[in-house]
Amino acid sequence: MTEISAREAIREAIAEEMRADSRVFLLGEEVGQFQGVYRVTQGLLNEFGSKRVIDSPITEHGFTGLCIGAALAGLRPIVEFMTFNFAMQAMDQIINSAAKVKYMTGGLLKCPIVFRGANGVGSRLAAQHSQCYAGWYSQIPGLKVVAPFLASDTKALLKCAIKDEGPVIFLENELLYNYKFPKEAKEQKVEIGKAQVLVEGKDVTIVSFSLYTDHALKAAEELKKDGIQAEVIDLRTIRPLDFATIINSVKKTNRLVTVEGGWKFAGVGVSIAAVVMQEAFDYLDAPILNVTGKDVPLPYAANLEKLALPQVKEIFDACKQLCYTSSQR
Amino acid sequence: MNKISYKEKHESCYYKMLLIRRFEEKAAQFYGMGKISGFCHLYIGQEAVVVGMLTVAKQSDKHVTSYRDHGHMLALGSDAGPIMAELMGKATGCSKGKGGSMHMFDPSNNFYGGHGIVGAQVSIGTGLAFAEKYLDTKGIAYVYYGDGAANQGQVYESFNMAKLWNLPVVYVIENNEYALGTSVSRATAMTDLYKRGESFGIPGIRVDGMDVLEMEKAAIKASTYVGEGRGPFIIEAKTYRYKGHSMSDPATYRTRAEVQDVMEKRDPINNFKKFVLEKGHVAQAKLDEIESSIKKIVAEAASFAEESPFPDPTDLYTDVE
Repeated sequence: MTEISAREAIREAIAEEMRADSRVFLLGEEVGQFQGVYRVTQGLLNEFGSKRVIDSPITEHGFTGLCIGAALAGLRPIVEFMTFNFAMQAMDQIINSAAKVKYMTGGLLKCPIVFRGANGVGSRLAAQHSQCYAGWYSQIPGLKVVAPFLASDTKALLKCAIKDEGPVIFLENELLYNYKFPKEAKEQKVEIGKAQVLVEGKDVTIVSFSLYTDHALKAAEELKKDGIQAEVIDLRTIRPLDFATIINSVKKTNRLVTVEGGWKFAGVGVSIAAVVMQEAFDYLDAPILNVTGKDVPLPYAANLEKLALPQVKEIFDACKQLCYTSSQR
Repeated sequence: MNKISYKEKHESCYYKMLLIRRFEEKAAQFYGMGKISGFCHLYIGQEAVVVGMLTVAKQSDKHVTSYRDHGHMLALGSDAGPIMAELMGKATGCSKGKGGSMHMFDPSNNFYGGHGIVGAQVSIGTGLAFAEKYLDTKGIAYVYYGDGAANQGQVYESFNMAKLWNLPVVYVIENNEYALGTSVSRATAMTDLYKRGESFGIPGIRVDGMDVLEMEKAAIKASTYVGEGRGPFIIEAKTYRYKGHSMSDPATYRTRAEVQDVMEKRDPINNFKKFVLEKGHVAQAKLDEIESSIKKIVAEAASFAEESPFPDPTDLYTDVE
């Protein structure tokens, strides 16, 4: 079986949608001549030319607004943020313009636009370049938020995002760009808003997304050695969140651990916990635990960076705790 | 430029300016009665700016402005009824009652809002111009913003991209002298706003925004320049708003005499009326006829809005995604 990385998956998705629809264009810093700072957009300028693969000035607020205007006028922009940390400069346009315009116009206008780029932790980039925005954007009605793990999902979901009639936040992860995944012979049928059970189990449910689904899978492997069968759910989409898949799993396992790289307070995990508590209270045998990034800006020092982020061991321990077995090994 | 006679054009200018004024006077009255709520920014005093610009714009050109948007909607030909209904938050409003005064749109007239965040429409409007160029539709985007927005960073980010990519955009600064309660000189280091494009290579002119024919001349100059594919152009229209920043602003930062003086000497409607009568372009009888037709339109818009239902509770959840 051949392999594909998330980087290649993203590039293929963009190229295929650009071939299919001349209204689709890509704009961002270094996406063209430089071939992308993470080489995600390599070769796209050559194939599509500078009219459709546009190197922008470093001007996030302005080019985000510009692309929203272009979307309102009938184009389908893909906006690349070098990382989502820089998209904070454009937050007003994303939330106040892109997310709200359909509602404010009573449906007269739509804003088909994809905001994509690296989100969350990189490698030793410290506080200003290492933050997960899944929780931030997921709070906003009018936005869809996608954060895939598998390369096959990444490709399929990015294609869905480009074809979507509204604004989609597409959260990638720098560390995942290099991950190799088996390439599916046939493209998966995937849609925005559906989670996927990656590993079936009966003792405890672990839900996660993006890079931390990898950690969840590793923790499940370790738990198996201790006789605990963890069910691992990859959320894939954070908004709209597929609560049905989580609740169905909890009905079976009666225990839930959420994992995310972002902060706990007002985060994705605690929001899931609230809904599961309200809708599946009778099925829970233990409190829901949230394994998250620690409540600090991300430090630079290697040992501190590791401590600040969710570790496989923490997921393992949380599951053991919920199963009322000692985590000592 | 539209190929219509002076007479028709002058009648149309008078009609549009007076419609905006009478419509908004009615809106102010409704606001006072509690029938319109929230922020409601009136265009009264500034009518000549958009009306003059629109004498030149082509049907397919695109337009965007701030929250002070009723005048632009009316001048572009949107029906008065749904605008008044929107102000009252009714289901028949142009945004189904979900947008209100600050968020009005009419894509059928190429009007893209109606934006509540100061300066946001400048980069959005630059994107409208980007789409014109991308699709090769040969149109121009007209982007209106105030002297307050002229100090927002994204305006200059937009200038840079507009010139870099030679986008067909006319920036119209409606300098009404006050950003809410702060006069231009108290907020702006260099008050010649039309020069703000110089470091980007974007030409600009200053024009009397209280004179609809001066606005027309400026619009011809701008649209010709942009139409030749030379990139963006800036017009600074010196104008004045008679009312507060919004209906909730008593405007205590300026004297009554200052406002009175402008109303007496520079009023765009009275001065234009005097001009067309003196020149004999439009007869008094015709002006009277226009006035009474506007009276009827505003009255009908008011009763349409008043008689319309509020949105159905189920509409709370529609048009979100």
